Amino acid sequence: MASLVPCPNCGRRPKEEFTIKGAALSRPGADADSENWFDYVYLRDNPRGAYEEYWHHTSGCRRWLVVMRDTLTHEVAACRDATDGSRSERRK
Amino acid sequence: MSSYRLPNLGLVSRDTPVSFTFDGKPMQGLQGDTLASALLANGRMLVGRSFKYHRPRGILTAGAAEPNALVTIGHGGRTEPNTRATMQELYEGLEAQSQNRWPSLDFDLGALNGILSPFLGAGFYYKTFMWPAPLWEKLYEPIIRKAAGLGKASYEADPDAYEKSWAHCDLLVIGAGPTGLAAALTAGRAGARVILLDEGSLPGGSLLFETAMIDGKAAAQFARDTSDELRSMPNVRFMMRTTAFGWYDGNVFGAVERVQKHVREPVPSLPVERLWRIATKKALLASGAEERPLVFGGNDRPGVMMASAMRAYLNRYGVAPGRATAIFTTNDSGYTLARDLEAAGVDVAAIVDSRPAAGVDYRGKARLIREAVVCGVTGRKAISAIEVHRGDRTESIAVDALAMAGGFDPIIHLACHRGGRPVWSAEKTAFLAPGSLNGLEVAGGAAATSGLAACLGEGIAQAQAALEGVGLRCPPMDLPKVEGDDAAYSSNPLWSIPGVKDKAFIDFQNDVHLKDIGLAVREGYGHVELAKRYTTTGMATDQGKLSNVNAIGLIAKARGVSPAEVGTTTFRPFYTPVSFGALTGAHAGHHFQPVRKSPLHDWAKKHGAVFVETGLWYRSAWFPKSGERSWRESVEREVLNVRKNAGLCDVSMLGKIELSGSDAAEFLNRVYCNAFLKLPVGKARYGLMLREDGFIYDDGTTSRLAENRFFMTTTTAYAAGVMNHLEFCAQVLWPELDVRLASVTDQWAQMAVAGPKARMILQKIVDDDISDAAFPFLAAKEVSLFGGALHGCLFRISFSGELAYEIAVPAGYGESVADALLDAGKDHGIMPYGVETLSVLRIEKGHVTHNEINGTVVPADLGFGKMVSATKLDFIGKAMLQREGLAASGRPQLVGVVPIDPKHSFRSGSHILAKGAEATLENDEGYVTSSAYSPHVGSTIALALVHNGQSRHGEEVLVWSGLHGESTPARLCHPVFFDPQNERLHV
Repeated sequence: MASLVPCPNCGRRPKEEFTIKGAALSRPGADADSENWFDYVYLRDNPRGAYEEYWHHTSGCRRWLVVMRDTLTHEVAACRDATDGSRSERRK
Repeated sequence: MSSYRLPNLGLVSRDTPVSFTFDGKPMQGLQGDTLASALLANGRMLVGRSFKYHRPRGILTAGAAEPNALVTIGHGGRTEPNTRATMQELYEGLEAQSQNRWPSLDFDLGALNGILSPFLGAGFYYKTFMWPAPLWEKLYEPIIRKAAGLGKASYEADPDAYEKSWAHCDLLVIGAGPTGLAAALTAGRAGARVILLDEGSLPGGSLLFETAMIDGKAAAQFARDTSDELRSMPNVRFMMRTTAFGWYDGNVFGAVERVQKHVREPVPSLPVERLWRIATKKALLASGAEERPLVFGGNDRPGVMMASAMRAYLNRYGVAPGRATAIFTTNDSGYTLARDLEAAGVDVAAIVDSRPAAGVDYRGKARLIREAVVCGVTGRKAISAIEVHRGDRTESIAVDALAMAGGFDPIIHLACHRGGRPVWSAEKTAFLAPGSLNGLEVAGGAAATSGLAACLGEGIAQAQAALEGVGLRCPPMDLPKVEGDDAAYSSNPLWSIPGVKDKAFIDFQNDVHLKDIGLAVREGYGHVELAKRYTTTGMATDQGKLSNVNAIGLIAKARGVSPAEVGTTTFRPFYTPVSFGALTGAHAGHHFQPVRKSPLHDWAKKHGAVFVETGLWYRSAWFPKSGERSWRESVEREVLNVRKNAGLCDVSMLGKIELSGSDAAEFLNRVYCNAFLKLPVGKARYGLMLREDGFIYDDGTTSRLAENRFFMTTTTAYAAGVMNHLEFCAQVLWPELDVRLASVTDQWAQMAVAGPKARMILQKIVDDDISDAAFPFLAAKEVSLFGGALHGCLFRISFSGELAYEIAVPAGYGESVADALLDAGKDHGIMPYGVETLSVLRIEKGHVTHNEINGTVVPADLGFGKMVSATKLDFIGKAMLQREGLAASGRPQLVGVVPIDPKHSFRSGSHILAKGAEATLENDEGYVTSSAYSPHVGSTIALALVHNGQSRHGEEVLVWSGLHGESTPARLCHPVFFDPQNERLHV
C-alpha cells in the first residue's frame, strides 16, 4: 500500500517511485577468481534484519541509492547515494 | 412490526422526511437517518437472510461491524452489493434490495438449508462432497455457491470517478469520538498539523448517543462545538465519512473517503470515493470498542440487538427497538440502556444479569433477574419471548426486543497491521494492542478505558505526549467537566451459556455456531488458525469484528486454557471492505496505462497505417492500399518494394541515449562486449551488451558523433532497462569515469530509408554529400537538411540488408521530414512500410531481435562469438562468459529453417525434432523463434535456436506444434536467406 524511502536528494518519497536491484554488493575486480564471481552473480544472503540494497530512484532523481532496510520490519535505517564516498576515493 | 419512531428524541431532522424503497416498497425516513435506523423506524426488523442457513436476520449493530444487515444499494453501474445498512446514510430516492433470498425475503426457499443443517456443519465441504470426486466441480460446488451467497456485483461499468491523494501531518487522529476530539483539539490548539478522520457522517462517536453532560452541555452539543472549533483551525484537516483501513510501513495510513456515497446523483466533477495515503509523524488510534455478543440459542433472530446499538438507535435516531424489551447483560452497561429506555417511555420487561450483584444501584421498573442467563428465544422472523435460565429453572418472558451486553473489545485492528500481536489482558478481560508501537498510540475505548471523563483525559494526555515526541510544545488543556458519567466497570466474560438448544451463533455473517467450534476442537483443529479455516469463523466481509473474541474464548474453554494461550489470528488490512474503484483510482479506461505515440504517429495514420500495440507503443504495422484483401498482400508489396525501390519506416521508438564526457568511450568499452574505445568519430558500430552472467542483454548501434559524444540506440522493449543499467554502471560501478547520460528517445523522430534508391531520395533533402565515397557503410554524422533549414543525424546502417540509412530529426519536425521524403521519392517508387515488413526483411537477413536474444543465449550462440573482445581487461559479463558450459557442445545455436515443400508453413514457437523422432517434448531440440513468409525465397522462412544448430545446416528435421497439431518436414540452413555476401549494403 505504501511506504516511504528517505531519498538523500528528494526527501521521503513513496516506494513506487523506486526500482530495487537487490543486495548492495561490490563488483569483483576483473582478475577475481571464478568463485568470487559466482558469489557476486548468484549467491545471496537472506538475513533476518538489516540488509543493504541498491535502489534506483527511477521516477525521481534517477540516482542509485544504497538503502539499509530491516527485512523483518521494513524500517529504513539509512539511505545514501551509492556514489557518495566512492567517487573522491577512487579518483586518487 | 415492533420497532418504531419515538416522537421527539434524537439528532434526526423531524421536518425533513426522506423517501426510499426497500425491496421495491416505498418507505419514509428522516434526514440524519441511516438506512438501518430508517428501516427500524418503519418497523422493518427482518432485513436479510444468512449466508448458509438462510436464517431470517435483523439489524444487530449500529456501526461498521454489522454482519447481518447487508443490502444492495442502487442499480445499473452504480449497484453496490453488501452495503452495511448501518453505515449507509439515507438519501432521497435511495433504492435498497435485500440479498441471498429467493423468491422473496419473507418467503425464502433457501431456508430449507436450515433443515439440512445437520449435514452443513463445519468441514462439510470436505466430508459430504468427497465422493464421487468428479462431481465436485460440475455439480456440488456450483450448487453450494449458488445457495450460499451475498449480493451480486453488476456487470455494467461503474460510471463514477475515483481518485487518490496523499496527505501529511504531525498527528493523525483516527476516530472522532470523545477521545479523538479531545486529542485533536489539544493538538490543533498547539498549532500542530492535525488530521482527524472518522468513518461516520457526524463527528462525536459515542457522544451522539451519550446522556452525560460535558461542561454543562449535552454530549452531542459538546461534540458539535468541538468540531466547529476544529474546522475553524487552518492547521486541522477534518475528514468525515473516512475510514482508516490500514497501517503501513513508514507510518503511512491508508484511508478511504466516501465523498459522494450519501447522495442520489453524484456531481461528476467530484470523485465518489477518494483513497488517501496519510504520512504522519505520530498517530493516535481512538477507534473505540466493539460490544461483544452473547452466544445463546437464537441470538441471531430479528429483534436481538447489541445493547450499545439499541442505545444509539434510541438516543441518536429516536427509534424504539420494540414495545417490550429485555436486556441480557454481563456488566453495568446494561443498566444505562435500561435507564435510557425507560426515560424514553419504552417498557423494559426484564434485566437478566449473569452476575450475583451489579455495580450500580438500579431503581427502574424492570424485573431484575440476577445470576441468570438468556438461553434461547421464541420466534423466527421476529422474537416473541426469551427463555431465561436460572439455577435449574427456565422461564419464558414475552418481549419483542432483546439487548445483549457481553462487555467490550477494543478495536485494535490497525495497531496490529504491522506484525504486532494483540495481548490478552486478564484484568480487562479483553485483547489489547501490543505495546511500544513505533509512531502509534492507542487511547480511550480502543485501550479498554471506560468512562467518558477518562477517555477525554486520555485523549488530551496522549496528544500532548505525541506532540512532545515531535518537538512541539502544548499549552495546558483543562479537562472538561463531566456530569452523569458512567463509572468505570469491569466484566467477567461469559463465553458459554447453559441450557442452549437452538443454534447459538458466533460468526453471524458466515453462519458459524457454537457446535462448529466444539467440532473443530474435537476433530483436532483447536489451533486458532486451524479453527478459523475449518469453521470459517472470522472469514466473512466483517472479518470477525463481533465473532473473533467469542470464538477464541470458546476454543479456550473447550481446550481448558486461557484465551492468552489460544491467541488471535492475524489482523490484516483492510479494516472494512474497500471498493475496487477506490483502489483503482483514476487508472481506469483510457487511463489504465499510458499510450506512447511516436512523433510520426499522425504521419503514419495519414497514410492509412494499421497500428499494433508493442508495450505502451502504438507502432505502424503495415500500410494497406485499396484493393488489398489481406495484411499478407500489403506486407508482400511493401517487402518487394523495399528491395526493388525504397521504403520509409518509422523507427522512432528505438531507445536513444546520448553519452558525453571525457571517459564516454571507455565507459562504452566496458558496457559492450565488443570494442568501442577506438571507434572513429563519424562511425557507427553494432554493439552487444551482456548481463553480468554472460548472457546477451541487449543490442543496438552506437555512433561517435564527436570525440566525447556518442549516440546509442537500444531495442524498443529494453530502452528503459538499458538506461537504468547504464546509470547503475556509471554511478555505482565506475563513478570515477567522467560520463553523462541522457535519455533522448522522445527528442528525435527517426526514420529508416531503405532500398536501392534510398541514396537518390535522401540526397534531395540532405545538403552534405552522401555518396558511397563520402558517406560509406556505417558512417554517422550530423547533417544539414533543406539548405540549412534543419539539422539532423544521419546513420548509414541497415536492418533490412539494403542500402539504407536512418535519419533522426527533432521530434516536432518528424512529420514534415517524412512527408518531404515521400515527396522526394515519389518518382522513385518510395512507399511507407511497417514493422511487419521490417520483420520479414530482417528474418531474410538473419538479423536477431529479442525473439532470439531471449536471455538464454551468449554471443557465440547467435554467431557473434568473434565480436567478443579477447583483449579488453574488463567488460560487463566478461568473467562469467568464460564458464565452460557456455562454450560446451549442445548449446542452442541460431539456424535458418525452411519447409521442404515450399507450400507448407509453420509458426513461431514450434518445436524442432530430429527427423523420425517421436513427437514428444522429451525429443525437443529447439524451437522456432521467428518466422515469416518471404516473397524472395518463395516460402515460409524461419530462425530457430537448435542444439548444435551451426553444424547441422542441411539436416532434415520435423517442425512440430503439439498445441496446433501441426507437423511440417523442414530443413535447417544458414540463417541468412538473402544476399549472404552483403553486396547490397555497400553500393
